[in-house]
Amino acid sequence: MNLKQSIKTLFICAMVFAGLTAFALQADAAGELDKIKEAGKIRIAVFSDKPPFGYVDENGENQGYDIYLARRLAKDLLGDENKVEFVLVEAASRIEVLQADKADLVLANFTVTPERAEQVDFAKPYMQVALGVASPENAPITDVSQLAGKKLIVNKGTTADAYFSKNHPEVELIKYDQNTEAFNSLRDGRGVGLAHDNTLIFAWVRENPGFVTGIDFLGSLDTIAPAVKKGNKELLDWLNAEIEQLYQEKFFDKAYEATLKPVYGDSVDPKTVVVEGKIQ
Amino acid sequence: MLDSVASIFLSGRNMSRLMEGLAVTLEISVISVVLSMLLGIFVGLAMTSRNRLVLAGTRIYLEIIRVMPILVLLFLFYYSLSKIWGINLSAMSVAILVFTLWGTAEMADLVRGAITSMPRHQRESGRAIGLTESQINRYIIIPQAVRRLLPGVINLTTRMIKTTPFVFFINVPDLVKVGQQIVEITGMRNAMASFWVYGLIFLIYFIICYPISCFSVYLERKWES
Repeated sequence: MNLKQSIKTLFICAMVFAGLTAFALQADAAGELDKIKEAGKIRIAVFSDKPPFGYVDENGENQGYDIYLARRLAKDLLGDENKVEFVLVEAASRIEVLQADKADLVLANFTVTPERAEQVDFAKPYMQVALGVASPENAPITDVSQLAGKKLIVNKGTTADAYFSKNHPEVELIKYDQNTEAFNSLRDGRGVGLAHDNTLIFAWVRENPGFVTGIDFLGSLDTIAPAVKKGNKELLDWLNAEIEQLYQEKFFDKAYEATLKPVYGDSVDPKTVVVEGKIQ
Repeated sequence: MLDSVASIFLSGRNMSRLMEGLAVTLEISVISVVLSMLLGIFVGLAMTSRNRLVLAGTRIYLEIIRVMPILVLLFLFYYSLSKIWGINLSAMSVAILVFTLWGTAEMADLVRGAITSMPRHQRESGRAIGLTESQINRYIIIPQAVRRLLPGVINLTTRMIKTTPFVFFINVPDLVKVGQQIVEITGMRNAMASFWVYGLIFLIYFIICYPISCFSVYLERKWES
């Protein structure tokens, strides 16, 4: 096969490809709710390995805070909390599943960011994340001012890293790549405290006696919200109205009680995690 | 220690869930390996043809599949096909389709290699004693080509089986993903969970792949004698 021929063939392939693309079907946004009702089930993308938010328990059932909400949405939309088909996603594919119409809705601990909001539509938040600082029980850090000139452990590239580098240059940071390394170094006393997402800190402190969450709410607040395909206004409007209704009946406090409290223990204030109407 | 191991695998439906994951892995592997072998033979034969169009077509197919990582192919067929052309395939069919496309390309190249590596005088000798072309293929070329093919085919089969865990990137819960789910929920109370769960998964893959290589050794020995 000579070069000229390969170029010709490639060119033909490219033409066919372009032609097919031109006939691309535009997803029809109208009647999305009807479509779900017709199908008799709503497809919700959730995590399968991120306890306590979205995981599969030993009986093979989906469980967690996100799933608690998912079942309620199915119940209110379709009249039965089992009329939900869980699509088990990885963190990196949460946007794709919506764009490729593999799921109607994402409930996978999806933090709202401006970049993501350009690609999907976020509904009202159902959770919030801030930073927490874990420290030894006998030398608790309860205020950021205690950290000046001291060593604080963070993970590279996390919100905690960015927040302290930008707002508190007086704190000396020790950075690790892995969560396990960072937590182990706190155990070894290489820093006076460790800063990370407060939800992670709560769970860790509960499993590790001798440590406390001295600071449970710090830094710029991120919210976690359901996401739908960009332009799916009908489902988005329904979701927003629904979530408003759920705020009214304090549904998310109940969800916290049922799914997060067993992991975080009694010492955590639910208000640091749960959004119930207005954001703190 | 035995208690802790037992508690991982015996609590809830953990063991049957792993078996369901295994069923998914096997379904994808078996279907796509069988299809690849069959289709690969035809495409491989086509690659030895003298028709330039056929040659160009098979060549482009082989090169495209070869340069693309499996993960990219999976994403392309699962997400992009739906996003751009509205063709919404189920994750399972995408998995089988992609693995078959890949396996067929590799198999075809093995077949082409086995046939073209046959010395020319074999074919010429066949002609000299008055055999027709199809007789030459049937009695001289193909039996020898099959033997040359065997090590490559076994290698390809085990490689395909071992690559199936990629399917969890398109949301198919295979054996490895189910294992990961179990590790995540038991890991909190049992630090050794990942060791035992991944250990079992290793054992399962070994039990599947080892007999395949044993079978190939057996065949090679048999044909040698």
